Amino acid sequence: MSQAETKIDKPEGWNRPAAIVPDGEGEMLEISMGPHHPSTHGVFRMDVTLDGERVVRLKPVFGYLHRNHEKIAEGISYLASMPYTDRLDYMCSLTNNWAYALAVEKLIGQEVPERAEYLRVILGELTRFQNHASSLGFLIQEMGASGTPLMYAFREREKILDLFEELTGARMMANYMRFGGCRVDASPAWLDKARKVVADLPRFVDEFERLLRSNEILMARTQGVGVLRPELAINAGVTGPMLRASGVNYDVRKVDSYGIYNRFNFRVPLGDHWDVYDRFMVRLLEMRESLKILEVALKEIPGGPVMDPKARIRGLRPKPGEAYGRTESPKGELGFYLISDGGPNPYRYRVRPPSLINLTILEDMCLGHDVADVVLIFGSVDIILGEVDR
Amino acid sequence: MKTIEEIKSAIEAALPDAAVEIVPNPSPSGQHSLRLAPECALVVAKFLRDDAEFKLDYLSNVTGVDWPDYLEAVYHLYSVEKKHGPVILRMRTVNRTDQVELPSLTPVWRSAEFQEREIFDLFGIVFTGHPDLRRLLMWEGFKDHPMRRDYVEPDDFEYEPTAHDEVLRRAQEHKSRDQGSGIRDQGPTTA
Repeated sequence: MSQAETKIDKPEGWNRPAAIVPDGEGEMLEISMGPHHPSTHGVFRMDVTLDGERVVRLKPVFGYLHRNHEKIAEGISYLASMPYTDRLDYMCSLTNNWAYALAVEKLIGQEVPERAEYLRVILGELTRFQNHASSLGFLIQEMGASGTPLMYAFREREKILDLFEELTGARMMANYMRFGGCRVDASPAWLDKARKVVADLPRFVDEFERLLRSNEILMARTQGVGVLRPELAINAGVTGPMLRASGVNYDVRKVDSYGIYNRFNFRVPLGDHWDVYDRFMVRLLEMRESLKILEVALKEIPGGPVMDPKARIRGLRPKPGEAYGRTESPKGELGFYLISDGGPNPYRYRVRPPSLINLTILEDMCLGHDVADVVLIFGSVDIILGEVDR
Repeated sequence: MKTIEEIKSAIEAALPDAAVEIVPNPSPSGQHSLRLAPECALVVAKFLRDDAEFKLDYLSNVTGVDWPDYLEAVYHLYSVEKKHGPVILRMRTVNRTDQVELPSLTPVWRSAEFQEREIFDLFGIVFTGHPDLRRLLMWEGFKDHPMRRDYVEPDDFEYEPTAHDEVLRRAQEHKSRDQGSGIRDQGPTTA
């Protein structure tokens, strides 16, 4: 068929990075950044070609943390994969749980009780808050502010992790959500404690913002660096704060209103210069919006069961079919795609990792910048290698 | 959002040559998909992206599935502009062994770049027209496709210092076996 040869004219957003032609003086230098470079947040490698200080080529290399999560999940029952989802993006295990539970609930048509939905929102937004806080701390750390801002962020993160520990039994590997609800109920004392922690957080955000925005180095090094045009961001499937910093109004919480997000009034912050600084500010503003949601959710949380009593957790055998469920995780759109053939384990189990797909445009953003900026641009993507390599 | 039948007829009205078939999904999610003939996938994809009514400008998820007789690539599309979706596209290879080519949709949606590389790596679907088709997660020189259902794990487990029972049995088997399929026996590619 002749259509196979049909030439696809390249769209605006397609834009393979244009090769930078060296000026012919001196030699090119190839550097292998990583896999144990401190700025790579784990084991990630970039093959960078430099002309002097300028980046002319950058190829990411993945797979150092690859353990074929998907293959393992296809060999075990639906429930048994739940603790394993914690290990994908290990900073945000609760939102991973939620995304997986959502996909299975779609596959079997399971409803979730009201109180469980509220608990999911509360834990999801706390997770988002601590993820954004520490990712900003790391970003500043990569500019050379060794420790101080990061420890400010970690101090608050610790309070949130204490809440997680008290409720789920684990600081990070929560394994908390189930298909049709949550594993355990929150006590009134826990809710009070959570309200107290949340009431304290706005002060921290103000302090953090003052600390960072009064920093001349931060302003000089992030503004105008690593610009990502909105058309390219959409075309390359970039999601989360990255996409919104490029000025695209797309938040799965608003678009899909999964769970009960349509009951909360929150705004979606957007960037207008599309650079590292905008990504930084979008995260900071999202933290404030999360606090708004938390305040309302903690006030309005109703009584009732946290699990649908009819929900089948063990020995789950969904009818043949498939479902794709997606959520707005702190890193971007986290989706799970499941195919059931009627058996006790999924026939196909796929994680749509926002961290990996957000790296598609890493080279585009870095070309022409100094090698020192690569560290910053890469940090502003905010990835976790557990999710990139799966 | 239109129903799957309406999408199908809209595609057929705009592109009479296109072969589109509805794949129903019996699960409560109700996410039905469209199966495209690989020959016309690129033009259909471009139509869905650019058509004023669909504007499916955002390709969220790309994945492979290993079925008994063929391999399948699945694409989940959304629209950022119109805020609708998903529209699910599927393509099948002829078989699982020697005719595993499918057209790459990376020229239409850049977000397929890494995800198609991953499918090539783990499932062995060869995407023609992909600008940079290399393995993504496994290393260069690795020979098999681990996500295939008939993949055999290499027998190269670490021995315990004092092997016993099951481990001892496997260790002895390993020693007596003709080596040639384990990971460590796969030298660098010569081709």
